[in-house]
Amino acid sequence: MEVTTANPSEAENVWGGGNRPLNASYGKLMMWFFIVSDALTFSGFLVSYGFSRFKNIDSWPIADEVFTHFPFLHGIDAPMYYVALMTFILIFSSVTMVLAVDAGHHMQKGKVILYMFLTIIGGAVFVGSQAWEWKNFIKGEYGALETKGGQILQFVNADTGKRVALEEFAQPVATDRTTHTSSTGIWFANEKTLPNYSVAEVKQGFEANPNLAIRIQKLNANGQKTVLSREASLEQIENATLVVEGANLVRNEYGNRLFADFFFFITGFHGFHVLSGVVINIIIFFNVIVGTYERRGHYEMVEKVGLYWHFVDLVWVFVFTFFYLV
Amino acid sequence: MAAQEHKLAIFRGLLKFKSNQQKIWGVLIFLSIVTTVEVVLGIIKPQVLMTSFLRMKLLNWIFIILTLVKAYYIAWDFMHIRDERGSLKSSIVLPLVILIPYLIFILLLEADYIFDVMQNGFVSWNF
Repeated sequence: MEVTTANPSEAENVWGGGNRPLNASYGKLMMWFFIVSDALTFSGFLVSYGFSRFKNIDSWPIADEVFTHFPFLHGIDAPMYYVALMTFILIFSSVTMVLAVDAGHHMQKGKVILYMFLTIIGGAVFVGSQAWEWKNFIKGEYGALETKGGQILQFVNADTGKRVALEEFAQPVATDRTTHTSSTGIWFANEKTLPNYSVAEVKQGFEANPNLAIRIQKLNANGQKTVLSREASLEQIENATLVVEGANLVRNEYGNRLFADFFFFITGFHGFHVLSGVVINIIIFFNVIVGTYERRGHYEMVEKVGLYWHFVDLVWVFVFTFFYLV
Repeated sequence: MAAQEHKLAIFRGLLKFKSNQQKIWGVLIFLSIVTTVEVVLGIIKPQVLMTSFLRMKLLNWIFIILTLVKAYYIAWDFMHIRDERGSLKSSIVLPLVILIPYLIFILLLEADYIFDVMQNGFVSWNF
């Protein structure tokens, strides 16, 4: 004889996730589980960024000086405008996602398709913008020198305080040094492409231009980078060992090495989330088109991907604050 | 899962919307205003707000608070936490609200200590 149940509602398949104690379906609960754990992962990343920043609080790069590009505005100093635009794009694609969920509640297939499509476009534009941001970051703008101790020396015009790029003052010095490739020497031994200028060229150009000064990483009382006097600059440039242009995982021209590492890692991890969000959205988008959810009788799947998509937006709100604003 | 289940009031009932769609647009406008304020403050950087408060610039505190406000409305209205049961609400929010500030506290305190050690000449930083 089978076990009898006191309550007829318990007769449904409990082991199959039949009961809904929190009034949320199995799939939705699992999405929330994932989001909570992913939120902890991202907070771990952002807090470790905070750790490195507080550790170097008197010499951390100033974001406004790093992210100054805007498409089609060459040479114009436009701090933050572009990331602000990216933020608006992502918030807007979040809104079209909620509208898709809302249309799903009313079983309006056409509207769900339209709003899902707009969401995917928004996500794709965002990922593209981030790629462009990375390109500028990796390419760099001014170039700098690195000392033995790994400190970055940047160049400014002593009169105006404006940054000066290496190409504006470096003077050619004859040298035999070329990029070492595996075809010209010992087997398998080669090196990365050499920077456009050698330390000697930068040094000579610097000595020939009396209006140049060196800016070090240390922040002064006003929260700006310290500019050395001409004499101190001439002394400091003797410590330079490397020319740094742009950024990679080892060194960058903006300042502290960890700055570029965290930038690549955190915005990269977030961008990867956006990318996978776009892919998942595309899958659901086609499912909506072929009528899977119409046959199932509800559009809850759209809400589940919606949760993920909003979470990605939520994380960006924090990345935006801690990388670009604070 | 009926559409009627949505709670349509935000700002503690101060602003009530007629339909869920209207609420979505209302929240979008609110989030846009907050983001615009952040960007404008970030570009102008008013001198008044550059004073230090609890070891951080006042401006940075404002940024962080506005970010939390935005996060609240994204989670509550876009992710529909407002419409979920209290038990689900707290099982999502409480772990984050407890663990993240704890992590922040530990790591930032440690970072501040390391900064002091390097600052006081224990590690040479001048070459």
